[in-house]
Amino acid sequence: MRILTTKLILTGFAIAVSFIGISIFGEAVAGWSPKKPVQFIIMAGKGGGADKMARLMQTVIEKNKWSPKPLTPINKPGGSGAEALVHLKQAKDPNHTIMVTLNSFYTTPLRQPALGVDIATFTPVARMAEDTFLLWVHKDSGIKTVDAFIKAAKAKGKNWIMAGTGSLQEDQLLTDFLNADYGLSMKYVPYKGGGKVAKQLAGKHANSTVNNPSEQEGFYKAGTTVPLAAFTPSRLEMFPNAPTFRELGQDRVYFMQRSVVGAPGMSSEAAAFYQGLFEKVYKSDDWQKYRKKKSLMGDFLSGSALKDYWKKEREIHRSMLKKMGAL
Amino acid sequence: MKRAEIITAILMAALSIYFMWKSAELEVGWIPEEGPGGGAWPFWLAAIMLLCCIWIAINWFRRSSPPSKSDKPFMDSYAVRMFLLVGGSVTAMIGLVHFIGMYGAIPVFLIFYIRYLGQHSWLTTLLISLGSPIVIFFFFDIALRVVLPKGYLEPLFYPLYDIFL
Amino acid sequence: MEIIQHLSDGFFIAFEPLNLALILLGVVVGLFIGAMPGLGSVNGVAILLPMTFLVPPTSAIIFLAALYYGAMYGGAISSITLGIPGASTAVATTFDGRPLALKGDADKALIAAALASFFGGTISIVLFTGFAPPLASIALDFGDQEIFALMLLAFATFVGLSGDDIPKTIFSICIGMVFSSVGLDIMSGEPRLIFFDIIGFMHGINFLVLAIGIYGIGEMMWTIEVSRGEMLMSKVVINLERIINNLKELLQTWKIAVSSSFVGFFVGILPAAGATPGALMSYGIAKMTTKNPEKYGKGEVGGVVAPEAANNAASTGAMLPMLTLGIPGSPTTAILLGGMVIWGLVPGPRLFVDETAFVWGLIASLYAANLFAVIINISFIPLFLWMLKMPFTILAAIIFVLSLVGGFAPTQDMHDVWLMLLFGVGGYLLRKLDYPLAPAVLAIVLGPIAEPALRQSLLISNGDITVFFTRPISGPITVIAIILLLLPLFKLLKKKLVPNAT
Repeated sequence: MRILTTKLILTGFAIAVSFIGISIFGEAVAGWSPKKPVQFIIMAGKGGGADKMARLMQTVIEKNKWSPKPLTPINKPGGSGAEALVHLKQAKDPNHTIMVTLNSFYTTPLRQPALGVDIATFTPVARMAEDTFLLWVHKDSGIKTVDAFIKAAKAKGKNWIMAGTGSLQEDQLLTDFLNADYGLSMKYVPYKGGGKVAKQLAGKHANSTVNNPSEQEGFYKAGTTVPLAAFTPSRLEMFPNAPTFRELGQDRVYFMQRSVVGAPGMSSEAAAFYQGLFEKVYKSDDWQKYRKKKSLMGDFLSGSALKDYWKKEREIHRSMLKKMGAL
Repeated sequence: MKRAEIITAILMAALSIYFMWKSAELEVGWIPEEGPGGGAWPFWLAAIMLLCCIWIAINWFRRSSPPSKSDKPFMDSYAVRMFLLVGGSVTAMIGLVHFIGMYGAIPVFLIFYIRYLGQHSWLTTLLISLGSPIVIFFFFDIALRVVLPKGYLEPLFYPLYDIFL
Repeated sequence: MEIIQHLSDGFFIAFEPLNLALILLGVVVGLFIGAMPGLGSVNGVAILLPMTFLVPPTSAIIFLAALYYGAMYGGAISSITLGIPGASTAVATTFDGRPLALKGDADKALIAAALASFFGGTISIVLFTGFAPPLASIALDFGDQEIFALMLLAFATFVGLSGDDIPKTIFSICIGMVFSSVGLDIMSGEPRLIFFDIIGFMHGINFLVLAIGIYGIGEMMWTIEVSRGEMLMSKVVINLERIINNLKELLQTWKIAVSSSFVGFFVGILPAAGATPGALMSYGIAKMTTKNPEKYGKGEVGGVVAPEAANNAASTGAMLPMLTLGIPGSPTTAILLGGMVIWGLVPGPRLFVDETAFVWGLIASLYAANLFAVIINISFIPLFLWMLKMPFTILAAIIFVLSLVGGFAPTQDMHDVWLMLLFGVGGYLLRKLDYPLAPAVLAIVLGPIAEPALRQSLLISNGDITVFFTRPISGPITVIAIILLLLPLFKLLKKKLVPNAT
């Protein structure tokens, strides 16, 4: 028994040594590629919109074997993404740390300056999509147009319940738009995720929501909920009867970005690898199908174009938050 | 045991007060038309904790709870030794993870625990302390893709990643 | 009749060789993931989600559902053999499962858990098959007020029961709730209770960190001290007579199994509630209705049957709102929902109409997964019993290692491992002074459901507290919960007024 163990250990050692040898000599392949599993941070909790998308991207990459080492998703929803941002900023190995982001990428550093996070230092990888927002009501309310909505909401005053995801985030910004534009005083009630928000509307516990299409899809198809108008530049293919707010005379366009960002200090070779990787994902049939199905907009952006987009969006969010008194 | 009971009650009361103070960073009162503020939930629960500590102290003075009647020592010499050895070795293991990673810290801990605390044979010790990291590696790193920290031993794992991932 | 037709079509799908193999594989993998402290069905399903791209969507969801089932069975195993609940749903199983194992009746507890799980799962699937769409609409009627009332009831069943040391029990519940509120206040969007500004507190305190700390480290240290290094667990000798006696004893608990299955299923279908409150309430009901409640908590088979029947029934129930409404009833179903979206299926009211083959294939495979899970589970029992025969100095060392890995795996953050150690040491010291710790562990699960529900309700009602009493569903639940909450107070008063009443 004892001899056998010794033998096993020795053999194991020999194998290990030879593999180390192989890996050293096998290094000379063209271009950079990850040497170990890549941390794929998700700036939101399990089961949410960003999480679903991250796992789809991971699935596409694994299916096509586009990355020699797997991407391992890690959810860091803490502090509206503050934890994820700090993790990225302090990444020990920036070449193997990337993150899926949404709009809290702008708002969280603005609202929590103590974090010391400057998103301009992060490495731009890819913008994969922009999610759209619509205004939804229950079909039993009988409301079919924005005008009818305004009338009903005005009549109810602060008893008109608008359910949304999180506090001082996208949904509340949009609620504030509507309240300001139409002189309403709807009450905003925050919930933890888009799915829960959609359920509040379907169960008539809320009067309206500003969900993404993917969150309301099931109820919409069943005819339970009705989209009134879209916060997009042009009408969405899936909801041809819902006008845009622009058509209605209010220039309100708002998107949720779905981007991939690298840790600050990532080498340019590594950044090039991830940019190429996610461009492939973007062009894949799976992704394009998904985009179409979920009414996603926003084309592929990368490199300095993506960074400029972030800077622009950050300023937009800064002024919006200021208006709300959140800064 | 008697002394431990009242000291713990005082410490827990202090903890409750700390929680209340920390909760008070947010609104702890009732916001009209809205309900309780952001800090109210933990604040008032911590207040109940404080009341419970006072209640425990009253029971202590009246000697009505079992620990307040017991004359047994809270920790005898065996308990103290075990507490330091077991607690200390677990703490050391967690501390070591930061330097030599899970796969360094786990065998070191197992060798110490099984050989020196458990007095088992070297064969048993080595089989378990070298076998469990291998099982954990295949289960977590390879099958489940939960990459455990490797500390400074990371480069040693590159060849393993090349083969199995 | 239509249902039977659909179901038999479903069985054809479930018994395709690939699907059958995936059910088997899913159950086995799930069993081990569930039995590992720190990993529950949520982690298992999330981690293996991308691996399912190799197969068609129906097969993929069948695999994940089998994994979910296996993990629910597995959760009881670590609760009984190691005393560490693998997931929040299995906390109640430790109450009696662990004492049974310590008495040398681990085999009885494991068999009881397996068969009760099977029973609960089966009742639940039958209810699912027959009444999915109408039940879904009930679930939709549950608003914030009803959810809060339900949480109140879950706590009431617990407080009303544990009467050892009242201030310490209440203290334990409150500290669990305070821990659960660490992180972010979702109503105001402000960070809350970030102790010493440590960034790791921003994601809050995970249930598993507290549970593994208390049970994996604290309880272990306590056992080591009390046992003075001697073996505590009497060895199990299995023979036919013993098995028959065990089964006889188990048969007497059928009433508990039936009531728990129904309770579990109905709590499970409610969005947001999940299996933990269901298991807890069933345990409470079993203890309240039995003739000898004093035996509970000291190793009573009924105390294993109740939570296990309920949590399996609830985990099936939780799939109902997911499939019919697209609302996850538990964290695990939230991930399954994500998976369905990736595969291009739209969960929601139309699913039963548009994707009949998928839905009925899934339902049929739930029957199959449940059957396989019980068989596989029982056949692995000797292996789990063998583990208990290990010398304690080896078992303890392995448990500490599993706690370390299990504490790290869910969030992959060393902060949580340190916190776990702190809870372990603190839990050990409090345990010595008779502080009950299970209430804290349950409070940390239920707190984050209860608090937002309370505040959302009050926000909607403009701060009017009567809203909990005036709504048709939440009213009666709230009243019952308050009566149960005050019960120990009445008992106390009675004791004071009539000193010889006991």
